[in-house]
Amino acid sequence: MSTVVLLLITGLGLGALYFLVASGLSLIYGLMGVLNFAHGSFLTIAAFLGWEVGRRVSDGTWWGLALSAMVGLAVGAIVAAATEYLLIRRLYERHIEQALVTVGLALASVALFEGIWGTDPIYTRKPDWLAQTTEILGAKIPNDRFLLIACALIVLGGIVLFLRRTRYGLIIRAGVENRSMVTALGIDVRRSFTIVFAIGGAAAGLGGVLASVYYGYVSAHLGSVLLIFAFIVTVIGGLGSLTGAAIASVLVAVLQQFANFYLAGTGDFVVVVALAVVLLVRPRGLLGKVA
Amino acid sequence: MSEPILRVAGLHGRIGGQQVVEDVSFEVPATGVTALLGRNGVGKTSTIKSILGLIDRTGEVHLGDTRIDRMPTHRIVQQGVGYVPEDREVFGSLTVAENLRLAERDAAPRREFIQRLFPDIHDRRAQRAGTLSGGQQQMVSLARALVNENRLLLVDEPTKGLAPRIVDEVADALAEAARTVPILLVEQNLHVIRKLAERVVVLSGGRVVFTGTASDLLDDEDRIQRFLGVHDAADPHDSTAGSAR
Ligand SMILES: Nc1ncnc2c1ncn2[C@@H]1O[C@H](COP(=O)(O)OP(=O)(O)O)[C@@H](O)[C@H]1O
Ligand SMILES: [Mg+2]
Repeated sequence: MSTVVLLLITGLGLGALYFLVASGLSLIYGLMGVLNFAHGSFLTIAAFLGWEVGRRVSDGTWWGLALSAMVGLAVGAIVAAATEYLLIRRLYERHIEQALVTVGLALASVALFEGIWGTDPIYTRKPDWLAQTTEILGAKIPNDRFLLIACALIVLGGIVLFLRRTRYGLIIRAGVENRSMVTALGIDVRRSFTIVFAIGGAAAGLGGVLASVYYGYVSAHLGSVLLIFAFIVTVIGGLGSLTGAAIASVLVAVLQQFANFYLAGTGDFVVVVALAVVLLVRPRGLLGKVA
Repeated sequence: MSEPILRVAGLHGRIGGQQVVEDVSFEVPATGVTALLGRNGVGKTSTIKSILGLIDRTGEVHLGDTRIDRMPTHRIVQQGVGYVPEDREVFGSLTVAENLRLAERDAAPRREFIQRLFPDIHDRRAQRAGTLSGGQQQMVSLARALVNENRLLLVDEPTKGLAPRIVDEVADALAEAARTVPILLVEQNLHVIRKLAERVVVLSGGRVVFTGTASDLLDDEDRIQRFLGVHDAADPHDSTAGSAR
């Protein structure tokens, strides 16, 4: 029983990380049709800069971590918005070129990060409480899982509120469904592209800081690994569906944890099988729109 | 006649490399309803989409004195063009109220006017547009265009697939709108054309083949047969969309 609880909550924590990356991927694809391979780079640069600021001000404390998170959010948002504005926008509607640009950016940025911070992981410090455990139903749960889950829930709630309550949220929801009709109502839908990138980038940036807490290090490859799973989550959840991304994040991460434990470390393999099954049985994903 | 509100000259339109509008020229007067007619697949929808910049196009299009053929779609619409697309294209996942709110461009949108014109959809403001009947969706689509003060409406087959009673309702709403704004109307139902249109433009194979008053066309059984491929139906509610195929 305690093993199940541990796997479940760890899965939820990892799912929280996936969601922070996948939410932006899904919204960006849903609205603009852009597969953003640079999304992992937003996460990595935010993790590095968040860590650099946090450790200088107050290393290994809550205050330092809070500062890292804020820097991560801001860096993620700014870098993502700049990417949209300077690169993606110039290739409006040219989806293959857009994807290629983001691939190039991802490769180049990893090389850049390695040049600055080296190729090895840099171990980070975290507040003492996060390194301790809490006992739930006999399972000793590392406390950082709770932080991850709480942050992902807050981000999910924030994005949902933004989509439901604001004019831009309305434009984005409509644009995901039928972008050309939004322009035919006299709305410059491109302006909301930058906003979607900024929101997705901010979530990924926070994800970067939290990933460094979860893994205990920062590295130039932090974003690359998470991006792969986030893409899988996005496809399984249904491209363009935020709720789908949230549900799929949890499903994929929990499945991964259980398969790793009970099926001799086959978690990644099982996830890919799950992806294949979804693509065959329900190509639009769990909650995706009919293409 | 006063200055036309829309002047289209040498308009070409392409979809995926295929030419679907070929050298189309016509004018829309500043008042009343002008019907854009022709058999299925002649390029009526594509002509409307070319005017709006929704598909690749070349040629000259003037709205009043403003040249609009180089503008992106949203700028054209902001010049005062209301669009009711074929197949309605309401946002099914948004509520009726959200569909209307999204469409509001004016500082003082005409919400009371819409409420009076379409009381039925006003009562369904909180309902998702995707769960409405076809007729109700058409009302939402019309309301989105009528909520702003426009200089021109482009309305594409608003009665397609609707029950006779709803066809009348839609025609009444268009007649009401036409009192204040000129309309370019694509329509297959001859009864509706008779009731609303003053002038007609007929397309065939992506080109204009006839321009004139509505009675020039509609009083001539031979022309109706030749240009629209239909006989004027005895039943006033018989949509000709089916029989033209
Ligand atoms: N999305 C599309 N892709 C390719 N061809 C299209 C598309 N839409 C319309 N067409 C073609 O363009 C021509 C004109 O179509 P359309 O403008 O819809 O005609 P109408 O509205 O008069 O029925 C037709 O031959 C049709 O097959
Ligand atoms: Mg058509």
